[in-house]
Parts: sequence; C-alpha cells; structure tokens
Amino acid sequence: MTNYLDFEKPLAEIEGKAEELRAMARGNEEMDVTEEAAALDKKAATLLRDLYKNLTPWRKCQVARHPERPHCKDYIEALFTEYTPLAGDRNFADDHAVMGGLARFNDQPVIVIGHEKGNDTKSRIERNFGMARPEGYRKAIRLMEMADKFGLPVITLVDTPGAYPGKGAEERGQSEAIARSTEKLLQIKVPVMSVIIGEGGSGGAVAFATADKLAMLEHSVYSVISPEGCASILWKDSEKMREAAEALRLTAQDLQKLEVCDRVIPEPLGGAHRDRAATIKSVGAAVSQMMKEVANQKGDALLQSRRKKFLEMGSKGLAA
Amino acid sequence: MNWITNYVRPTINSIFSRREVPDNLWSKCDECGTMLFHRELKDNLNVCTHCGHHMHITPRDRFKALFDGGVFTEVAVPDPVADPLQFRDQKKYPERMKAAQKSTGEKEAMLVVEGEIGRTPIVAAAQDFSFMGGSMGMYVGNAIIAAAERAIKLKRPLVLFSAAGGARMQEGILSLMQMPRTTVAVQMLKEAGLPYIVVLTHPTTGGVTASYAMLGDVHIAEPNALICFAGPRVIEQTIREKLPEGFQRAEYLLDHGMLDRVTPRTEMRDELVTIIRMLLGLTPAVQGDLPAPVAEEADDTDAKAVEKT
Repeated sequence: MTNYLDFEKPLAEIEGKAEELRAMARGNEEMDVTEEAAALDKKAATLLRDLYKNLTPWRKCQVARHPERPHCKDYIEALFTEYTPLAGDRNFADDHAVMGGLARFNDQPVIVIGHEKGNDTKSRIERNFGMARPEGYRKAIRLMEMADKFGLPVITLVDTPGAYPGKGAEERGQSEAIARSTEKLLQIKVPVMSVIIGEGGSGGAVAFATADKLAMLEHSVYSVISPEGCASILWKDSEKMREAAEALRLTAQDLQKLEVCDRVIPEPLGGAHRDRAATIKSVGAAVSQMMKEVANQKGDALLQSRRKKFLEMGSKGLAA
Repeated sequence: MNWITNYVRPTINSIFSRREVPDNLWSKCDECGTMLFHRELKDNLNVCTHCGHHMHITPRDRFKALFDGGVFTEVAVPDPVADPLQFRDQKKYPERMKAAQKSTGEKEAMLVVEGEIGRTPIVAAAQDFSFMGGSMGMYVGNAIIAAAERAIKLKRPLVLFSAAGGARMQEGILSLMQMPRTTVAVQMLKEAGLPYIVVLTHPTTGGVTASYAMLGDVHIAEPNALICFAGPRVIEQTIREKLPEGFQRAEYLLDHGMLDRVTPRTEMRDELVTIIRMLLGLTPAVQGDLPAPVAEEADDTDAKAVEKT
C-alpha cells in the first residue's frame, strides 16, 4: 500500500483502479484485464513522469518527508557491515534520534552518524521523529573525537526536521551542543562526508552536515527554517508555505548552484520511496565517490581546506 | 545679511520651531513604566534607573560608553553579494534592507571596531537588534571573520556583543552557513591564543546562540536577557504546557551552567577590563573612566600588550 502525497492524488486513483482490476481478475478466471490494466499502468507512468518532471520546492519538501522514504537505519543496514552502535553522551542520556557507531564501509572502518526518524508510530516516538536533543549532538561529538583519534573517516546521514524544541533540551544547552558539534567537525583531521537523505532542518542539520563533501538526494531539502515556519514569520500566514519554499531556495538543485551542496544524487522516478533499494545503492556509490575525492588530502591540509570551503561559501550568490 | 535676518528671524523662528522640540525627551521604561529623562537614561546606558531593566542600546552608543574617552575606529567589513537568493516575501529583501538602513542609520546588523578599554587594546563587535532583528546573514558572518582577523593581526582579544533573533531568512541557506563560517573565525582566534569573550544581550536566539555566541572563552550575559535556541513560544506550542517563570533568561542559564556570569551593563566595562587584563597577564587596570590615550601612548600600550601575549 503506497502512501500518496496530496499532489499525487490523480496518480493514486489510476494506480488504485489498475490494482482493483487485477484483484477482480484474480477472483474471476474468465476475466481478462491484462490489456486494460496495462493501459492504466501506462497512463500512471506518464502521469508520474509529468508530476516529477518539475517538482515545485514545496512538493520536494513533501517528498523529502515521505514516511516511506528510506531512513538512516535502512542505509546503515544496507551499505555498512559490522555496524556496532555506540551509545550515550557520557553525561546525561542516550538520544535515540541519533544513530551512530563504528562500521565498515566497503570494508574500511568508519564512524557513521545520522538522524533516524522511525517508520511506525512506536519507533517514531522512540526516535522523537528524528529531532535530536543535546545528548544526540554530544554523542555525535564523542564519536567524532573517536574518529579523529583513530583516523577513521566520518560519514553522516542527515534527516531531521530540526533540533527538538523542548524544555529539557533548552535547559541542557541545545545551542551549545549544536555549536560544539559544528565546531568539532571543523576541528577533526579525518575526512567528513555527508549526505542529506531527506530533510536538512536548520541548526540540527548543520551540526552534522559541516563536511568536506556534501551530497543531497535529488528531492531532499536543506534549509535555515521550515517553509511553514518561514511563512508564519514573513507572511504572517503558515499556509503560505509554497511561496516560502520557493523563496528559500532549499532544493538540492538550488543549493548546488549556491555551492553549498557538492553533488546531487538522482532518485528513482517518483521519489526515493518508490525504489528504496535503488536509492540506497546510489547513495552508497556517491559516498564511495566522495571518499575517493578527499583521499588525496590528509590531516591538517584536509582540515584547512574544509575550513576554507566554509569561509568562501556564499561569496557568489545565486546569480553566478 | 541684515539685522532682520540676524536678529529678528531667529527669534521668530525660535517661536515656531518650539514645536520641533523632540517629543522623546522622556522615555518610558518597558518594564516598570517609569518615565525617564532621556539624558539620565543615556548616562545610565539605557538601563532603567528605577528598576534596573536593560533596554535596547545601539552598538554605536554602547561603544561610545565602552571605549576610553568614547574613541574607537571602525574596522572595515567586506561587502557580501547583495540579495544572493533574490528573495521576496511580501516585500523584496532589498526593500527591507533599505528600510532598516534608513531607520537605523547603519549599513548592516553588526559593527566592528577597535580601540582601548581601560587602556587595554581590544577589537569589539556588536550586533544591532534594531537592524532586522540583528539577524545573521552573510554580512554578519563577514563582520565576525573581519573582527577575528583584525584581532589576530593586532594580537588583541575580541569582545563580541550578541543580539539577534537568529539567522536572516532572506538569505536562506547562506544565513545557515554562517554557523560554520563564524565557527571557523572563532577557531582561528582560539588557535592564535587570544581571548574571545561573548557578552550575550537581549535577545540572543536561534542560529546565533548555536554558533559563535556559545563558543566563547567567557560567557557574560546582561540581566534578564533572553538566550535560547528555540524561543519560548515555539516550545510552548510543542510541549503544550506553560514554561516556568524566567525560563531561558540569563539568570536561568547561569543556574543551568551555560554562562559564567550575569553582569549589569553599567558594570560591564570594568568587568571586561579586569578579565581581559588577567587573561593577557597584564597588570591590574586603573579603575574609572580613563581619557582617550594620545597617539604615541596608544602605540606604546599596544606594543606592551603584544609583548605579553
């Protein structure tokens, strides 16, 4: 059962009809619906192509948040071997919104860190919908330090609506934790590769995405504020999220033009959730590629070029 | 020029121009409502003389009171690309910028200067909340980098007064990228072994708090300043419960270990001088308002500070 987004409604109808026809045929041997079903399939395919040919920024946000999109856990299971989760910030708690630990990527030992949103009600609550609390960033910082000490590359998978706006999170220093995580990524002398696999929400994303190389999935987004939040502040109307999404330039394609994102990873037609395995495979290939790209720089030279990348970022704007 | 223009006109004019006497001779305290005479308020650095409430102060006024004899020199900040995203909400971003420039008389939301406080040479930067909520965009990022570079060049500490609603949405992702950018600036300063002192003023929120404002060697806040990542309204909407009194205020953060000190604005200068001179291994400062040093003397102290660091 596919979960359709609001703009996919016409598609849902056609695909639903085709499915109905086939179900009817299964119950009645004399009925031959192959041709009709195939015609519907063809119509659906055309519609899908048209819908996804030019997704508006707001629709991209919806695809990026699609509940069936592969999440951090799926990538770790498929792309890494010997994943050994390491828990806790040694200070307060273990944050389940952040996954992280030792693993092998193409046999090479690495540290992998990412936001996990969960895939059903129970796991979503347990993962706090991918919204980390200070403990999550502090766990990540600990892992980054470990990576630095043992010379392991860091791979981060970013997928968060943002940092968790809660009372305890603020009391325990949400801002400081995010600032330190960003700072740590600008201090370690090992390669840092980051992929935005869904939502790159504000400070919570920056804390993990300050990398040597940043890739984004085709329909992922990375933004200073959610379109809804921006709309309610600047338009004084949270229903203006379409306009806000447009203005914020939060798509992978715009961010590549702004030189914030280094590479856009194509998604299967209809979004990552329509072919999860293929998406995961492309992400794996992109990470391998990024690792190769940074392999010629080591230690301090690598760190300095990472810092330089950020110092020079944005000097051209979109017009360039 | 005849006697009419010289003598009569001014008298007549003065009668008519009486209406132009500024009506803001008196300001009302935002907190206790006491009417405060503008000069008295200014002398007290916009702190209510009745209840001690800290009202907004512009970077320029703050620096006039902070530096010896009110003397400081501006440090040039490289201009970023204007309106990098061609952003438009209900208004175009350049229009909002122009309006902010007109109402504040400033170019952007941060002022970087160098000068001496208590004969201690420093570089200082202050964010201007009255300029589009002090929001952090490319310019503020450039300003912090310029401040750090200047401090490193002169081997001086950097004192940064933060005040912002957060990142500047009109610069989208580029405003968010000021978090890593300014972090690099702070790291350069730290690697040069120079003190970086953050004075958090009301309000310091969002991406600003989650980057350079929380990475200081010493964190000092002004009383009752709101300091947070997510604002109280957002949190109340999320957790659907009322927040405790004083939540996310300076004193609350001090209790929760996020700040070193909470210090009234009127005592800030002396405290900064004391802390900086100790960190730099200098002799104790002569207390009180020192006159601006003359040129040669300035060079002299400069050289001494350099030797010590």
